[in-house]
Amino acid sequence: MSLLSRVAERIYWTARYLERAETTSRLARVYGNLLLDLPRQAGLSWDVVIQITGGASLYRELKPNPSQDTAERFFVADRNNPSSVRSSLANARESIRTTRDIVPSEAWRSVNELCMYVTQELDAETSHRRRYGIHSRVVEGCQQISGLLADTMSHDAAYQFFRVGRSIERADMTTRIIDVAAAMMLDREDIARFDSTLWMGVLQSLSAYQMYRQKVRRRIYGPDVILYLFKDQQFPRAIAFSLREIGAALASLPRNADSLKKLGQLRSMLSVFEVTRLDVAALHQWIDDAQLALGELHGLVHATWFEPTASAVGQPTAAVSQTQTLPLAAKP
Amino acid sequence: MPIDWTQYQPGEFFDELFAAPGTARPAAAQLANYLASLGGRELAERQGDAERAIAEMGITFTVYTEGQNIDRAWPFDVIPRTIEANEWARIERGLVQRLTALNRFIDDLYHERRVIAAGIVPEDIIATSVNFLPACVGANPPYGVWANICGTDLVRDKDGTVYVLEDNLRVPSGVSYMLENRIITKQVFPEMFEHASILPVDDYASQLLDMLASLSPRKVEFPRVVVLTPGIYNSAYFEHSYLAQRMGVDLVEGSDLVVADDECVYVRTIRGLERVDVIYRRINDTFLDPECFDKDSALGVPGLMRAWRAQNVALANAPGAGVADDKVVYAYVPKLIEYYLGEKAILPNVPTLLLRDEVTRKRVLADLSRWVVKPANESGGYGMLIGPRATAEEKVAMAAAVEADPRNYIAQPVLALSTAPTLVHGEIEPRHLDLRPFILQGQRIWVTPGGLTRVALRRGSLVVNSSQGGGSKDTWIVAVDP
Repeated sequence: MSLLSRVAERIYWTARYLERAETTSRLARVYGNLLLDLPRQAGLSWDVVIQITGGASLYRELKPNPSQDTAERFFVADRNNPSSVRSSLANARESIRTTRDIVPSEAWRSVNELCMYVTQELDAETSHRRRYGIHSRVVEGCQQISGLLADTMSHDAAYQFFRVGRSIERADMTTRIIDVAAAMMLDREDIARFDSTLWMGVLQSLSAYQMYRQKVRRRIYGPDVILYLFKDQQFPRAIAFSLREIGAALASLPRNADSLKKLGQLRSMLSVFEVTRLDVAALHQWIDDAQLALGELHGLVHATWFEPTASAVGQPTAAVSQTQTLPLAAKP
Repeated sequence: MPIDWTQYQPGEFFDELFAAPGTARPAAAQLANYLASLGGRELAERQGDAERAIAEMGITFTVYTEGQNIDRAWPFDVIPRTIEANEWARIERGLVQRLTALNRFIDDLYHERRVIAAGIVPEDIIATSVNFLPACVGANPPYGVWANICGTDLVRDKDGTVYVLEDNLRVPSGVSYMLENRIITKQVFPEMFEHASILPVDDYASQLLDMLASLSPRKVEFPRVVVLTPGIYNSAYFEHSYLAQRMGVDLVEGSDLVVADDECVYVRTIRGLERVDVIYRRINDTFLDPECFDKDSALGVPGLMRAWRAQNVALANAPGAGVADDKVVYAYVPKLIEYYLGEKAILPNVPTLLLRDEVTRKRVLADLSRWVVKPANESGGYGMLIGPRATAEEKVAMAAAVEADPRNYIAQPVLALSTAPTLVHGEIEPRHLDLRPFILQGQRIWVTPGGLTRVALRRGSLVVNSSQGGGSKDTWIVAVDP
């Protein structure tokens, strides 16, 4: 019995939303700390973080009189911001509750509890110290759910969609974090002296600091960090690792030719990528291209498996044993 | 402090557990001793355990949007309701007999209509039934069975007679509560299950899957069965999801299914379209197919009725089966049993007056306070009038409704529903109850051992529906050694 397209889609989005909630919470935690560490003239503010998640224009529209506090709330707690921690978790919950016949029931319970906890805590006016705790709980909760699925769910097609969703989101978030950090730092002489603090922040927001230190044994230097987060084969939040993960998951799915081809394109883009000199414009261009390719990969996944009727016309349909399969092209 | 059952006074009513104060019925004897030995405080603690278990499951089951309490719609009473196995065997025979006859009747109505020609049921009753679907005339569901899943409501009167109150042949719900209640009771009273012979209920899902698979038009080893739900906002969504999960089949929404040019039903999967053999549909008839019924229905599947009529897919229950759970048709069921099976009904109907008859109508409307008046096609206790409890305004409104549409109203005498001991605010008190067993008919016919006992938690109340202060209990069919 093959997996329903709708279920595959919801599981894919569950993974993306959980990953988004986790990374967003991590960013909030790290930037919250950095803001305390750095003097005002370093120019770091919540606006930078909002820029990372691509919500800058929506933010300006919703909050005409921005302050640090409204910015943080927008980023973390605002239901009108589709990328806030709260929205991401609510969307994950929404997706998972309609796939409860497929996903282990403990996972539903965990998502539900996490959602209720966050709603409760975020509704209450909380101190900075308390908010730090909320973000830690979100990160832990998301990791718990991932671990739970990895250990209690069959690693069947449904699980592969979870892997694909998580890794596409991860690769995308990693490029965004670096894009914004680089734009802030690489072209500004005046904050050069905070350079290593900021790059440490970037590493921490991807939980990469400790692993990075083990691998790169010299003082923290921007291009090193970028190379590590792009090309390291062993660190799970590095782009290279995420792409390999996507490839492994796609390999066991039917009708995967187009998606694998697009993935190959991304991987060769990455293999020729180098940062020897700090060229922000070139870096930004590369990241733009990579994000575009990731978006196209998402589009192919969507067209191939989630909306098979629209896309699969003209594609050879894999023969399926046991169950009779009607070639999609035959559909009126 | 041990429980003193002589203090338990059901009064004039038939009590399910006690024949007289302090004297338990044979099926309840072991339970009564056990509860007495626990004592009131311990019993209250176990009720607390049950509520915690439900709250914990509630986390798993809650389907509504955030912010709402984790609250089960239906409160649970920890004291089980017992029925002796011998008595149950007779009830079970009665239920099998009844559903067999009802299915013969539905099949007849959509084919030769011998029952009308024979003068058993007046033609105009069928002609005016909103649940009779012309689109189903001449269709041939497998084994000639239209209602594959039936939930029949039983009540017991003062003298101990068990009556059929109504048949639910469309999309009856509640079976998940039956299963859940047993899971909780086993956690709360594990000692009882070690010693007493209580029939298990937990194979419902496999019985259901077997029955559904027996309807498959393709004779393959593993036909593809799906559960069709209207979606997350339906109040029974949890049950749909639960049953799909327990059967190990896909829970689908209308948009997952497509009828192709070959008039077969397919489900959209990651491998492409795959054939579907049997649909356990939990959406109402008229939402099934926008081509055929409600054009605006977004829940259904265009072409589904064509596929069903071509016998390329089985629908359970078959569309149109609801014609036999009209409360006016209900009045004829004992005659239908005689007509189709040549047997007397084992389970009697509650005496029912049809208000379409002018003389009867005048008699009932003249003294509404003696009667229960019900509309023919409502469920969930909606639109019903309980005469002795009704206000003058309610009676006037009901009289007007009946006069406006006499065909669609019936009247029944007020029954003195049986009671069972129920824990209410820490005290054990008698409360009225009913029973909904579930009957499955495909190639074979099967009845749940027991069913869902619904209890009116308000003192003196006769309404067991969850929206009106009802709760539920576990139901034990107990074998008693001779």
